[in-house]
Amino acid sequence: MSQIVLQAKGINKSFHDPITIQILKDINFTVNKGEFVSVIGKSGCGKSTLLYILSTMDTDFQGELLIDGESTRNKKEGQLALVRNEKIGFVFQFHYLLNEFSVLRNVMLPGLKLGKYSEEEVEHRAMQKLKILGIENEAHKMANQLSGGQKQRVAIARALINDPLIIMGDEPTGNLDKKNGKIVFDIFQELAQEFKQTLLIVTHDNEFANSTDRIIEMEDGRIVKL
Amino acid sequence: MNIKLLLTIAKSLLLARWRQTLVAAIGVTFSITMFITLLSFMSGLNDLLDGLILNRTAHIKLFNEIKATKDQPIDLSDKFKSSYHFIHSIKPSNARQEIYNNGAILKALHSDNRVKGIAPKIIAQVFYNVGAIDITGVINGIDVEAENKLFFFNDYVTAGNYIDLLNVPNSIILGKGAAEKMLANIGDVIQITTPKGDRIQLKVVGFFQSGLVELDKVQSYCSLTTTQKLLGKSSNYITDIQVKLNDMTTAPILAKEYANTFGIDAEDIQTANSQFETGSSIRTLISYAVGITLLIVAGFGIYNILNMMIYEKMDSIAILKATGFSGKDVNTIFVVIALSIGFFGGLVGLLFGFGLSSLIDQIPFNTASLPTIKTYPINYNPKFYTIGITFSLITTYFAGLFPARKASKIDPVVIIRGK
Repeated sequence: MSQIVLQAKGINKSFHDPITIQILKDINFTVNKGEFVSVIGKSGCGKSTLLYILSTMDTDFQGELLIDGESTRNKKEGQLALVRNEKIGFVFQFHYLLNEFSVLRNVMLPGLKLGKYSEEEVEHRAMQKLKILGIENEAHKMANQLSGGQKQRVAIARALINDPLIIMGDEPTGNLDKKNGKIVFDIFQELAQEFKQTLLIVTHDNEFANSTDRIIEMEDGRIVKL
Repeated sequence: MNIKLLLTIAKSLLLARWRQTLVAAIGVTFSITMFITLLSFMSGLNDLLDGLILNRTAHIKLFNEIKATKDQPIDLSDKFKSSYHFIHSIKPSNARQEIYNNGAILKALHSDNRVKGIAPKIIAQVFYNVGAIDITGVINGIDVEAENKLFFFNDYVTAGNYIDLLNVPNSIILGKGAAEKMLANIGDVIQITTPKGDRIQLKVVGFFQSGLVELDKVQSYCSLTTTQKLLGKSSNYITDIQVKLNDMTTAPILAKEYANTFGIDAEDIQTANSQFETGSSIRTLISYAVGITLLIVAGFGIYNILNMMIYEKMDSIAILKATGFSGKDVNTIFVVIALSIGFFGGLVGLLFGFGLSSLIDQIPFNTASLPTIKTYPINYNPKFYTIGITFSLITTYFAGLFPARKASKIDPVVIIRGK
């Protein structure tokens, strides 16, 4: 029996503007430690919405979400921020780096926020992560001087900095060409296999999904295949 | 650690758009500069105008007013105690203007520690003789040294040396207007007629200019002894005692006390010059109102710029929140941004304000009525600088707080999904 990292219990979510539409209907599933899970489904089936709920950024839902065995209900905004900081690494479709900072600094920021290590140590760890992703040479460039593929790799390095319980990705390859998409996918695979990193990736790329450990398929707000 | 991190993030955000930051800071700098300059200048002028009167006026003036006594003889009679008295045409008796027993009063005032200093004075009505014409005038017999110490007599002596009043026997310092009427120069001997009809010759040793033209046409100054001599009075004759207090605000209370203790009339400065008090407080009010308006306008400028900044930084805020920064952290970052704009802009504003007011201080300002003033007056009161920096911090804090609160409430999902 492997350890459960993330558990969704009866999650329902509706949008009320302009009319009430139920987006997610009774979502139940678990993600175990070390699993590489992909969520697929057509556009508008609610997979991104689900991911935002799972990442604690969206708190407006019914049901219960347990991260590392702890319920996120009744947690204040500040506490949820701490959970995100410590336990979740996030990779978006668009890279979302802070252009005001260097690559290295971008990677370091969540680590500095956690404050578990000294600044020197965080820097050292950030360099290590960049090395894993093969972009250590770009460390001192400003974030907006990198190519799209490189930026996405920096975003992954940033997601890794606090050794999170789980990395969540919202179509991390969606905005990249095939070659860069392949590189990013290979990195995820490497993380899953070599570092036993738990990954939960939302994608509409079936090829990508097929090479993951487990596929969760969604349709019209329900899970149709676990 | 956390605060240090937030500070470095705020610094990076500020420097990333340094032009925008500069514009915001210049807004604050400009308003603080104008605030300091305006207040220094206005209050300098205010002090000057107040000084015109207040420097020359005793806080309490003790004198004997010519008036009918309150207790008429009939009041003292037991026979008419229960009657109502109709007395018409009461006239003051042939009372002396001098202050009785003034030696004892002076001694008592000298030992009173609320009193900064006293200057006895004689006021004598005279006629200046210009050929066949007599011009009415007033000679103030003064204790020259005390008068200079307490009422800056020397500042108003525009020609000649004030101390000559003591050194040269039978000397006079003429009011500028009076001197012009009499065509008198320094060293000339003029003739005056005393109320008793005696003609006396006095040597002109200086000119006096108070800034109030009407006054200068009439007033002249002699030493106490000269005045006593020309009135034919003994050396203990004085008509006024001018008292300067350590704390001017206590004048009305002390005036009453002295009037009771010494049994003479006492007039305090607040009663004698109430219009100045009102005028100067209104002028101060106006300058503060203008200054604070400037700061508030600057505050709105900062508010706009920060608002814009936050819209530009939506993505950054979202990403900071997604990677574990709380709303409070984001709030802190933007408040720090606003405060540092306020602090540095304000600090430079203080320097510029000081510079600009020193510059105004160099501009020549010559006016016939103000002999001691050569340049525009400036008041370098540190209070203005304290108010300036405090207010710039407060306005920028609030200007930053509202956009910052908005930023802290932004739901990262809304921004990320909006893409």
